[in-house]
Amino acid sequence: MPHVPLGRWVSDLIDWLLATVPWLFDAVSAVMSALVEGLTDLLVTPPPVVWIVVFAVVALLLRGPWLALYTVLAFLLVVSLELWAETMQTLALVLVAAVIAAAIGVPLGILAARNRAVSVVVRPVLDFMQTTPVFVYLIPAVFFFGVGVVPGVVATILFAIPPGVRLTELGIRQVDREVVEAARAFGARPGQVLREVQLPLALPSIMAGVNQVIMLALSMVVTAGLLGAAGLGAVVVRAVTQLDVAAGFEGGLAVVLLAIFLDRLTGAFGQRAALSRFRAARAQRSLRDREPAAQAPVTGAAPAASPALETAPDR
Amino acid sequence: MTAPVLRVTGLTKVFGAREQEALRLAGEGLGRDEILRRTGATLAVHDVGFAVERGELFVVMGLSGSGKSTLVRLLNRLIEPSAGTVEVEGRDLRALDDAELRTVRNEKISMVFQHFALLPHRTVRENAAYALKVRGAPAAVQRERADWALETVGLIDRAGARPEELSGGMRQRVGLARALAADSEVLLMDEPFSALDPLIRRDMQDLLERLQSELAKTIVFITHDLNEAMRLGDRILMLKDGRTVQLGTGPEIISAPADDYVADFTSDVDRTRVLTAGDLLREPRMTARLGDPPGEVLRRLGTAEANGVYVLDGDRRVAGVARDDLLARAVQEGRDALGPRELVPDYATIGADRPVVDFVHLVGRHTVPLGVLDDDGRLLGVVPRAAVLDALSAVPARGRRS
Repeated sequence: MPHVPLGRWVSDLIDWLLATVPWLFDAVSAVMSALVEGLTDLLVTPPPVVWIVVFAVVALLLRGPWLALYTVLAFLLVVSLELWAETMQTLALVLVAAVIAAAIGVPLGILAARNRAVSVVVRPVLDFMQTTPVFVYLIPAVFFFGVGVVPGVVATILFAIPPGVRLTELGIRQVDREVVEAARAFGARPGQVLREVQLPLALPSIMAGVNQVIMLALSMVVTAGLLGAAGLGAVVVRAVTQLDVAAGFEGGLAVVLLAIFLDRLTGAFGQRAALSRFRAARAQRSLRDREPAAQAPVTGAAPAASPALETAPDR
Repeated sequence: MTAPVLRVTGLTKVFGAREQEALRLAGEGLGRDEILRRTGATLAVHDVGFAVERGELFVVMGLSGSGKSTLVRLLNRLIEPSAGTVEVEGRDLRALDDAELRTVRNEKISMVFQHFALLPHRTVRENAAYALKVRGAPAAVQRERADWALETVGLIDRAGARPEELSGGMRQRVGLARALAADSEVLLMDEPFSALDPLIRRDMQDLLERLQSELAKTIVFITHDLNEAMRLGDRILMLKDGRTVQLGTGPEIISAPADDYVADFTSDVDRTRVLTAGDLLREPRMTARLGDPPGEVLRRLGTAEANGVYVLDGDRRVAGVARDDLLARAVQEGRDALGPRELVPDYATIGADRPVVDFVHLVGRHTVPLGVLDDDGRLLGVVPRAAVLDALSAVPARGRRS
């Protein structure tokens, strides 16, 4: 049985790309590092208390007082562990990677839901992306972008795209066929059907996808630390190489605290569409029955967000 | 007014890859199963043709799998026909490009869906205004038309609610309002009341009948319930395996089912609600007129083996009933013309359009059979008790088949 030189072909392809379009990688590299560094500066420059207050207010508005309380306590703990700067570096990297991954994944999911051919092509690619061992992403990333924060961001983006695509496609496909038919029957254009029917009705699923994108991005940043990206990843990698249990635990804990914060916060996006409807219904009923509206929407939504967290940290 | 609003000819739909071959086999008269076996394609609808007049409520009736849901979607090209034509007000829909088709759907044809198909994230009013929003109408016009439509279906007080806050019957009223607000001539209704429980369904049927008497839309109504079809439909098309089995009025289908399939359905129909006095009436054996000589009338009664007779005035309106005993006394007393003294009110009458259920209790209680009157009160004919019993007990075909 002759050896099929698949690996050689891939590395030849990478060499060819590097030789042919070096400017592309330089441009991507410049944009990425500018984004991450800009956001990092923004997060690190003011004293921690400023951002802690901002995060707590956001948590209060999106989810309520319990998450706001958690946010304050968790980030104060991070400050006391002297990991604030690293945590903010990681947050910046996660946000940039997640926004880009969602910006690629969601439109791709929409396309796949509307076009069978795209769906058929995209599905095996996503399977490949999700099952390829994480470290394999790092090799071409290093070749293209060297070491530092950029290859980490790129590898993170690639790793985080699939759930965005899958949950968007699934969400749109699960929209009631008859409702889509009704929009068409009243003369709506394909774009109108997408905008006014499919996207709003698929929003909870799409937002669950965005939540997953963020969680996967966070789980990837530690691996990105291997490439020299600054942040909690670097803390953990250093602890591992020095067999420093204390530093490893503290770095790991900061990752978990950040993960819980991001998960609960973005889990709220997915339920907001459904929630606002639920609240409207409640308000209507309570107007009729002259009953004060209870706070059930807030507490009722919390359990649904936790599965997202369970899948993420041990990737 | 004379040209039908909706005309369908040779409408056919094949689902599957080998469409042309399936069409050819269907043209040779092969059945759906045989075509599926030979080509792998499904013959959903084959060679259906009908024309619906303005103001007519046309029912397409069939069991699940008969192709009725496909058929109704061929009418606005939600499903693309394989062959045949659909003309709305003389325009062939299959000749339209996408933009023209959308305009026709928006302005000429509205649809009501089995499971309501409302937008859950919009209010009742926004749902009702949907066609106008798609059309790009100004907000004030949208609101005005939507409110008119909601008023018409009796739901204006819930205009600000979300669909999920409404019961099934109310949701379908919104579905109906959405179709009415578009102000289109043709209304396609795909089993609109099938998902509702029976009492609500009855209410909605009443509502539709009332709307139809006011608005006179051109309606194609899909159902699997023959009682509903008989109640609402001016004419009914019976569909089986994608083909037309019978096309006619309710009473026509009940009294002469085209085959066992139709007969099976009709045996379950509540005939007392479908058949009307007009369907059952026959010529009276005899009638008398005011002024006729009592002796002669009495003789004719004897020949006809009857005990009484309707006496009509010059306009064929019923003046009363002449009974044999009173006639005999008139002869004894020497009166020579039928007048009020010989007449008794020993009879009952009913309008020709009333169903059997409305008059069954009146039949056979009087000396003369039940009289059937036209709108001006003139005697059209009579319904003897035997005619009612005969119509209600007839179970065509089913007995023969088993």
